[in-house]
Amino acid sequence: MTEPSTLVVLPVLTERNRHFWQGGAQGHLTFLRCQTCGYYLHPPIPVCPVDQSKDLKPEAVSGRATLASYSVNHHPWLPGFELPYVVALVEIPEQPALRLTTNLVNCPLDEIEIGMALRVVFRHFEDPGGDVWLPLFEPDGDRP
Amino acid sequence: MTTRDGLAEKHCAVSGIGQSDVGRRLGRDPLELTLDACYAAVADAGLTPADIDGLSTYPGGMAVPKGFTGASAYETLDAMRLEVNWFDSGVETSGQLGSVMKACMAIGAGMADHVLCFRSVWEGSAQGAGGRASLGPGGGQGGTIYAGDFQQWMLPFGSAGAPIWVALFAQAHMQRYGTTPEQLAQIALNARRNAGLNPKAIYRDPMTLEDYFNSRMITTPLRLFDCDVPCDGATAFVVSRRALAEDLAKPPVYIEAMGAALHDRPSWDQLRDLTRTVGADAAAQMWSRTTLTPADVDIAEIYDGFSYLTMLWLEALGLCGTGESGPFVEGGTRIALEGSLPLNTAGGQLSAGRLHGYGFFHEACVQLRGEGGARQVASRPKVAAVAAGGGNTCGCFLLSTES
Repeated sequence: MTEPSTLVVLPVLTERNRHFWQGGAQGHLTFLRCQTCGYYLHPPIPVCPVDQSKDLKPEAVSGRATLASYSVNHHPWLPGFELPYVVALVEIPEQPALRLTTNLVNCPLDEIEIGMALRVVFRHFEDPGGDVWLPLFEPDGDRP
Repeated sequence: MTTRDGLAEKHCAVSGIGQSDVGRRLGRDPLELTLDACYAAVADAGLTPADIDGLSTYPGGMAVPKGFTGASAYETLDAMRLEVNWFDSGVETSGQLGSVMKACMAIGAGMADHVLCFRSVWEGSAQGAGGRASLGPGGGQGGTIYAGDFQQWMLPFGSAGAPIWVALFAQAHMQRYGTTPEQLAQIALNARRNAGLNPKAIYRDPMTLEDYFNSRMITTPLRLFDCDVPCDGATAFVVSRRALAEDLAKPPVYIEAMGAALHDRPSWDQLRDLTRTVGADAAAQMWSRTTLTPADVDIAEIYDGFSYLTMLWLEALGLCGTGESGPFVEGGTRIALEGSLPLNTAGGQLSAGRLHGYGFFHEACVQLRGEGGARQVASRPKVAAVAAGGGNTCGCFLLSTES
């Protein structure tokens, strides 16, 4: 991702989202979690919508996920994104209603199957505003 | 459930409709298009601007994205020298037609008697230089751009907009219900057939299934012909107090019911059910406000920003069963002008242009009045279902020739 023609899109880091985008530094997929009821908040917000608690802390999850849907994109929306690329919706086992929009990587297109087992893999970007680790997902060879 | 008299829309009817020229790239002042539509709607009702005492529009003034709005509420109020007792605009509402619902509520609340509603776009001209097809600096330039707010969860992964977000929903529907690309194609083919009979439609040449499958894959399963066509144009209505509408120039189109509900998260990826993403809550609310049922619907004018959204709305509105939109549209005969449920009779946004929600409401009024010309549904429809929006911004109406 260092070719001169490559466009990189990175999140604006804030106090609210930093744990998510920098959790990859430790190799962990990390969500804000309510310490009183256990609910994961995504996107992160300052008050738990389940019990209104403000006792929220970032916590790592397993990094496992299931493919909920995908689309093989062929259109050059963003210069520098190699085509085609796979946009995926994944669900995490800790809270299946929590989904991430992400990319499916390291998977031949003809082997993509909704419901397949995935695991997180991070792509690291150095940035003056703070390094970012994008959580991408690949097939989890250890699980069927 | 409140009484019938307590429902705002029972006090309302569409008294006038108007539309500017519509084209792929007209290169005209968008305020001129807006005013053409607005003055036409007022005149169609047999009113003058002095009679208009309310104004409602979607989305109002916005600089970005370019072309998304042709005139703000303030510009239009001033340009027409309107003297209003109530006005409103806004983008955070129940779809593009949320603005028409607010007009009904203003009338129901006694704030106005004749509300001018409009939606104006010039996306065709604005995107003529390639603005929609790519994001970022363009021209193969490198560098870093930064995404904030909800886009931070999308753009870093190249999930660059609604085509991809809707494609993800469509793929999930295909997986769960066995919906096929051939079925999806029927939405585009039907739209093109009807556009051929609409002199104002953008694309009027016949389209075959082969043409459809030859169109460029954008993002699976959506092809180019599953995506609507940006255009320039404006559409306007006068929504009037029912008792007053009955004495005006044209037979009123009665607003039988409307639905705005959003019980799911206002999100493109955190939804309860990926296959039930459009309008189900709004549709349920709409049906709760009328004694009519889906069996009473004669025509459907349903948002097709992407073909798949129309299929979802068919399910949400109860016009077919959940998961059954594929078989419902299969072969295209049921949804054709001669079919049991004519759909998107002017050609939809896929072929007639992305007039953004308002085009469907306009066409429903045209058909209910019997003014459809070559594309008029011969059986003279009495009840139309109109739905607009997708994802987290949805709303629907039931319109009727009878009060």
